[in-house]
Amino acid sequence: MIPHVLNFILFIPLIGAAIVLLARRNNDAVRWTGLLFSLVTFIVSLALYFGYDPENPAMQFVEKVSWIPSLNVSYHIGIDGISMLLVVLTTFLTPIVLLSSWKSIQKQVAAYVALMLVLETAMIGVFVSLDTFLFYVFWELILIPMYFIIGIWGGKDRIYATVKFFIFTMVGSLLMLIAIIWLGYYASTLPGGEFTTDITRLFDIAPTIPLHLQSWMFGAFALSFLIKVPAFPLHTWLPDAHVQAPTGGSVILAGVLLKMGTYGLIRFNIQFFPQASLEYASLLSILGVVGIIYGALVSMVQKDVKKLVAYSSVSHMGFILLGLFGVTVQGMQGGIIQMINHGLSTGALFLIVGMIYDRRHTRMIEEFGGLARQIPVFATFFMIVTLSSIGLPGLNGFVGEFLILIGSFQSEVLGSIWYVVFASTGVVFAAVYMLWMYQRVVFGESRNPENAKLVDLSAREIGLLLPIILFIVWIGVYPSTFLSKSEPTVQRVVEKIEQVQRGEALTKTVSQP
Amino acid sequence: MNQLLTDTLHTAPMMGTILLSLIVIMINALKKNSLPWEYWVSLLGIAANILLAIWTFPLRGTAFADTVMTGGFASLTAIIFLVASGLTIILSRDYIEKIGVNYGEFYHLVLMAAVGMMALASGTDLVVTFIGLELMSVCLYVLAGFSRRVLKANEAALKYFLLGAFATGFFLYGIALIYGATGSTNILAIAQNMPAYKADPLFLTGAGLLFVGFAFKIGAVPFHMWVPDVYEGSPTMVSAFMSTGAKAAAFAALLLVFTASFDFMAASMNTVFAILAVASMLVGNIVAIAQKNVKRMLAYSSIAHAGYMLIGITAGGDVSLSGVLFYLIAYVFTNLGAFGIISMVENAEQQGTDLEHFKGLYYRRPLIAVMMAVFMFSLIGIPPLAGFFGKYYIFVAAIENGYTWLTIIGVLTSMVSVYYYLRVVVLMFFETAEQGEGPHIAIDGTVALLISTFGVVLVGLFPSVILDWMGRLF
Repeated sequence: MIPHVLNFILFIPLIGAAIVLLARRNNDAVRWTGLLFSLVTFIVSLALYFGYDPENPAMQFVEKVSWIPSLNVSYHIGIDGISMLLVVLTTFLTPIVLLSSWKSIQKQVAAYVALMLVLETAMIGVFVSLDTFLFYVFWELILIPMYFIIGIWGGKDRIYATVKFFIFTMVGSLLMLIAIIWLGYYASTLPGGEFTTDITRLFDIAPTIPLHLQSWMFGAFALSFLIKVPAFPLHTWLPDAHVQAPTGGSVILAGVLLKMGTYGLIRFNIQFFPQASLEYASLLSILGVVGIIYGALVSMVQKDVKKLVAYSSVSHMGFILLGLFGVTVQGMQGGIIQMINHGLSTGALFLIVGMIYDRRHTRMIEEFGGLARQIPVFATFFMIVTLSSIGLPGLNGFVGEFLILIGSFQSEVLGSIWYVVFASTGVVFAAVYMLWMYQRVVFGESRNPENAKLVDLSAREIGLLLPIILFIVWIGVYPSTFLSKSEPTVQRVVEKIEQVQRGEALTKTVSQP
Repeated sequence: MNQLLTDTLHTAPMMGTILLSLIVIMINALKKNSLPWEYWVSLLGIAANILLAIWTFPLRGTAFADTVMTGGFASLTAIIFLVASGLTIILSRDYIEKIGVNYGEFYHLVLMAAVGMMALASGTDLVVTFIGLELMSVCLYVLAGFSRRVLKANEAALKYFLLGAFATGFFLYGIALIYGATGSTNILAIAQNMPAYKADPLFLTGAGLLFVGFAFKIGAVPFHMWVPDVYEGSPTMVSAFMSTGAKAAAFAALLLVFTASFDFMAASMNTVFAILAVASMLVGNIVAIAQKNVKRMLAYSSIAHAGYMLIGITAGGDVSLSGVLFYLIAYVFTNLGAFGIISMVENAEQQGTDLEHFKGLYYRRPLIAVMMAVFMFSLIGIPPLAGFFGKYYIFVAAIENGYTWLTIIGVLTSMVSVYYYLRVVVLMFFETAEQGEGPHIAIDGTVALLISTFGVVLVGLFPSVILDWMGRLF
C-alpha cells in the first residue's frame, strides 16, 4: 500500500491546479496537465477501493495531525465504506468532466481547469473529513469554484443562477456552523469533556444529547443538507444552476455536489442523532416521496432537455432520501448505490445534452427529431443512458430503486406501505418523461433543417462516455462489487439506530483500526 | 534615571514610533524633494518598530508609574497598528500623488496617529487612554480633510471632527465620574477594588459614558452616523486607515478596560453590548445592500463587523478576548486590502468608486480582481480565509458563554451580507469588460496587496500561529 494515500488523493488535484496556473499561457498544456493530474488522482484512489477492508469497523486510511490546538481542531481524515465509494465516484468523474470541456471551454481555460481541480480537492475533502471543522471548511470551499464556474462560463442568466446557488447554500451552512460549534460546546459540558470537533468522538457523544436539543441540532444539519440534495421545497436553486452551468459544471453538480447532501444526512443526521432521526424519519421520507412525484411531474412538461434532466434529479434524489430514512439495511444500501447511479446516469445525460448543445446551440426538444438516422452512435449512447436513468432491469438504476423500495416496504420506522405505493408511481412517471423526451428528440421527422448538418460523436466524446456506460452496466449486472464494500458500514449505522429504538446502550465507536 | 531608561526600553515600540514620526517631519522640513526619503524612512522605521514590538513581547508589566502596559497585549496591538500604518503608507504613495496631495505631512500624520493608537491600546490610566484617543483622533481629523480642495473631504473632516469632539466630551465626562466614584483614574487600581463600586450609580454612569466614547470610535449603532459620510468623503487610504487601525485601537482599549480589567462590570453591561451588537449587525448589513458606492458599502460593512466583534465583547472571558483580537487582525488585512484596491480603481478627481467602475476588472487587471475577491470572501466569512476563522472563534466564545441567540442573529445577518459582497465579485468577474485600459497599478502597492492577501489566507489557514501568542498576553 502507498503510505498516506488519502493525503495524496486530497492534494494531488490542488498541486495540479497550481501547476495549471503557472502554465496558463498555453491552453493545450493546461488541458493536458489538468487531465493528467485528475487521472493520476483517480488511479491513486483505486487504492482506496482495493485497500478498504469492509470487516474492519473503524475508519480507515486515517491521517491525523493537530491543526488548531487551542480549539482542539485537527486535520483528521479517513474513510468508511460509504465515503470510499463517493471518493472514487468523484475522482472518476473529474477527468471525464475535464475531457468533456476540451472543446467547449475556449475562454479562460486555465482558470476553468484550475477551478475544477480545486473543486475536486474540496469535494474529496468533504467526503473524507473526520473533523466537523475541517468538514465545514471543505463544504464552504466548494462554493467558490462552483460559483465562478457557473458565473464565468455559464449561460445567459448565469449571474442570477450562481448568486442564487451561493446564497441558498450559505443559508443552510451557516446554521450548520452554529450546530457544529454547539456540538463541540456540548462535549465540553460533559464530565471530563472538552470542546471537540472530532467526528469519531462525536459519534459517541452526540447521541446522548436530550431529544429536544437533538431535534434542533438535527434540524440545523438537515436544513443545510436538504438544500444541497435538494429536497422539495428547497430545490428551486437547482434547475437554475443546472441550466445555466456549463456542461462540466452540471456534471459535477449533479454527479457529486448533490451527493454531499445525502452523504451529510447519513454521516451527521443519522449517525449523530439517531433518536431525532427516528422522530423525523417519516417527515423526511414524505419530503422524499413528494420530491419523487413533483420532480417527475415537472420534468414531464419541460421543453428544454437540460431542464428536464435537472428536474429528474429532484425526483431521483427523492428516492435516495426515502431509502436513507426508511432506516433499513436494504433501503440505505439502495440509497448509497443510487447516489453512485445518479452520479453516473445524470452525469452522462448532462454530457450528452452538452454534446448536442455544442453542435446545435440549442437544447429545445422541439428543435430536434430524427437524430437516430443522422447520428446513430449518439442515439445509441443516449438510449442506454436514458434507460439507465429510468431504471431498466440489467442497468444500474434498477438496482438502486429496487433496493430502496424493498427497504421502505419492510421499514418498521415508516410502518406504512403508502410510501412505496407513491414512490413507485415515480418510476412509472420517469419512464414517461424520459422516453417521451427521447422519442421526440431522436425519432420521427427532423423539425429543423439544421439537424441534417449534425456530425456524429468524435472519438474523444465516445471515449468519455464509454467508461460511464461500463459502470452503468456493471452495477446493473453485478452490484455486489460495490454493495459489498458499504454493507458492513451500513449495517453498523442501522444497528445503532435500532439500539436506540430498543432503548439499549450504544456500541462504542471503534476509533483506531 | 535608571527606572526611566527601563520604562522607555519596555515601551520601545511606542517610543520608537514617536521618534520615527519626528524624524519624518524633520526630513520634510529640512530637505528638498523629501518625499521618497520620508516614504522609505517611514517604512524602514516601521519595520524596526515591529521588531522592537516582537522583542518587547515577553516583557509583560507596566511602566511609567503604572500608567501604561508593556509587552504582551501592548506589543501585539502595537504590531497590528504598525502593520496597518505600514500598509497604509505603501498603498498611499501612489494614491496621494494621483489625487494631487503629495505632501510629506501625510506620512508624519499616519505615524503620529499610530502612536496615539498604541497609547490608547496600552494605557492603564484613563488619562493616558484619553491622550491616546485624542492624539489618534486629531491626526485622523486632519487626514480626513487632507485633500483640501475637494468639497466632500472637507465635509468629511468637519463631520468627523464635530461628532468626534462630542464623543470626546462623553469620554471625558465618564472619566470624571469614575474619578469621582473611585478617587482614581488608574484602571488597575480600580479593578482591584471593583466589588466596592459594583452598584455605585456614579461609577456605572461613568463607565456607561466611557463606553459611549468607545462606541463612537468603533462605529457601533446608534453612534455610527458619521461612518458612511466620513469613509466616503475622506481620501480612500485614510478611510482604510480609519476602518482598520483606528477601529482596532478603539476595540483594543475597549477590551482592556471592559473585558480584561472591569471584568465584573462587563457582566452588568452585557445587555447593552448585546443590543449594540444586534443593532450594528442589522443596520450595517441591511443598509449596505442599498449602496452604490463601494466605499460607502464598506463603511456600512465596517459597522456590521463592529457588531460581530461586539458579540465577542458581550461574551466576555479569555476566549472572546483572543477572538476579538484575532478578528481585528483578520479585519486589518482584509479591509486595508479592499480599500487599497478601491484607491487604485479611483480616478484623480477622487471619483469612480461606484460599483459599476468594478465591471470586468478581472479582464483588465486579473491579479487585482482575484485579490479583491479574496477580500470579499473573507469579509463574508468563507473558510479557510481569516475572516471566517475570526467569526468562528467569536461564535465559539459566545456559545460557550450562553449567547447562542446572539450567534444566530450574527449568522442570519451575515447571510444578508453575502448579497452585497458577492455583487462586487459578480461585477468584476461575470460582467464583460468596458473598453479601455485598466487602472494604473503601482508595484509597491501590488506588493502591499499581496502581503494583505497572503495575510488573509495564511492567518486563516494557520490561525495557531497567532493564537499561540494570545495565551501570553497578560
